[in-house]
Amino acid sequence: MEIFGIPSQALFGQLLIGLINGSFYALLSLGLAVIFGLLNIINFTHGAQYMLGAFVAWLGMTHLGINYWLALLVTPFLVGATGVLIERAMLKQLYKLDHLYGLLLTFGLALIIQGLFRNEFGSSGMPYPVPDVFKGAINTGFMFLPKYRAWVIVASLVVCLATWYVIERTKLGAYLRAATENPSLVQAFGINVPRMITLTYGFGVGLAALAGVMAAPIYQVNPTMGADLIIVVFAVVVIGGMGSIMGAIVTGFGLGLIEGLTKVFYPEASATVIFVIMTIVLLIKPAGLFGTQK
Amino acid sequence: MGSDPSLWLALGLMIAFFALAPIWVYPIFLMKVMCFALFACAFNLLIGFGGLLSFGHAMFLGTAGYAAAHAAKAWAWNPELAILFGTVCATGLSFVVGSLAIRRQGIYFAMITLALAQMIYFFCLQAPFTGGEDGIQAVPRGMLFGLFDLRDNHRMYMLVLAIFLAGFLIVWRVVHSPFGQILKAIREHEDRATSLGYDTDRFKLLAFVISGALAGTAGATKSLVFQLASLTDVHWSMSGEVVLMTLLGGMGTLFGPVVGAAVIVTMQNYLAQLGAWVTVVQGVIFVLCVLAFRRGIIGELAHALKRPL
Repeated sequence: MEIFGIPSQALFGQLLIGLINGSFYALLSLGLAVIFGLLNIINFTHGAQYMLGAFVAWLGMTHLGINYWLALLVTPFLVGATGVLIERAMLKQLYKLDHLYGLLLTFGLALIIQGLFRNEFGSSGMPYPVPDVFKGAINTGFMFLPKYRAWVIVASLVVCLATWYVIERTKLGAYLRAATENPSLVQAFGINVPRMITLTYGFGVGLAALAGVMAAPIYQVNPTMGADLIIVVFAVVVIGGMGSIMGAIVTGFGLGLIEGLTKVFYPEASATVIFVIMTIVLLIKPAGLFGTQK
Repeated sequence: MGSDPSLWLALGLMIAFFALAPIWVYPIFLMKVMCFALFACAFNLLIGFGGLLSFGHAMFLGTAGYAAAHAAKAWAWNPELAILFGTVCATGLSFVVGSLAIRRQGIYFAMITLALAQMIYFFCLQAPFTGGEDGIQAVPRGMLFGLFDLRDNHRMYMLVLAIFLAGFLIVWRVVHSPFGQILKAIREHEDRATSLGYDTDRFKLLAFVISGALAGTAGATKSLVFQLASLTDVHWSMSGEVVLMTLLGGMGTLFGPVVGAAVIVTMQNYLAQLGAWVTVVQGVIFVLCVLAFRRGIIGELAHALKRPL
């Protein structure tokens, strides 16, 4: 079977890879958007924290025999805790300054983390096995769907939507949104805003680590796995605009799909297509697809 | 150029240093310092005086490097024309990138420049004339104006010194011009500058283009000095390095970027065999500068002396 002269197996295969990449774009840009909303900081360390997630899972497996499920559960909290420490020790001091300092500090932290891991583990990738339950593939009739990849798409979709629900539909989320708008007023109502900021950063970092664990069996675990990814995620964030949680999710998955399609129809452009789309969006709607410009 | 005498004194010291230093120090190393110093001065014009953080300045350095190397090698152009060609390419690119990036402010500006620089990186990786992973190697330095053979390191040094000083004085002149004053006004309070009747986008764009052009001159010169144009110069880590040089030396000071570039290049020279530790040390300097040393070396000095530097 062929679609537009492309074998359907190849087309759907690339679309699947696109959806997988899109899952990670969505998870990471969601974390960036949540952090930016409350802290007004672009977390450049996000890519390094994604890498940390994958490494903690890998180290846990090789040294302590921790399986995938436990890693999936524990890693976000461990890495999130390091995030809490970073926020308490460093980021906290920058809130009164220009936002750019937050970017510079987190960039420096990313260099440190990635450099240390490169020293320790070199640049080659470490394999992480697919958990037994998800070995093999399902034949859907039009293509073979590896079970693990299906799981990643479903799981990240669930995590994204749950985050959206908590922020947009619960009382906690309402506090969070209120603190984004006017932190001092929310503080005056007796809500501990500084603690909320700390936990928000921890949560965003935890999301990045979760994405890292899920990515470990798909991509090789290596110290630079987050470095280039984070730049693409920045472009995703510029395209979507950081005002909207749902916007970040939709843009993430959508751009992953577009990237997948580009790999089928014009592979030379697959590395740059997201940046090209960013350029077009900037020309047409500078605030981003879901953003509002102040 | 009416400005504080301390600036003139510092300028005299800097010229004396770069004129005498090759007696004791390896000239290639000094030329590297001057290329990066010009690069950092160009970057500082944006961040220090316009408040615009470009996180993709390597694209101008690298693009101009490739353009000059290609002109010198494939078309056998004279070095002055090759450097001019590199600068023109960077100028054109910075006009396009600047027009896009100034559509958003603050943190988005940084992310957009970074993303566009990554696009240029992939372009350089795939384009046929850049030589992919190998880069353009064995670029001939050629005969300056058809007269002076630049294979001689000392002649090359004179050329690099002249280019660096010219670029530095352009930045100096721009900073002290009415245009520079308006740029600072935009940095301090963009809405107020708008309300005074200034079309701030045009000023920001012009600052971006001047900065991109000078970064391009630095990149083109660098590719002739090392006879190499490679992907390193367009990679995002290079964009990070120029931020680091400027931050460490002192954002918004005239001489800070020069000192910052000298310190970072020296450090890389000494730590080169330690591999990824260079990255770690750079990261640590970033963190320390942001947390405790935001004025930078020259900024602190200027603060202590209560004089502009």
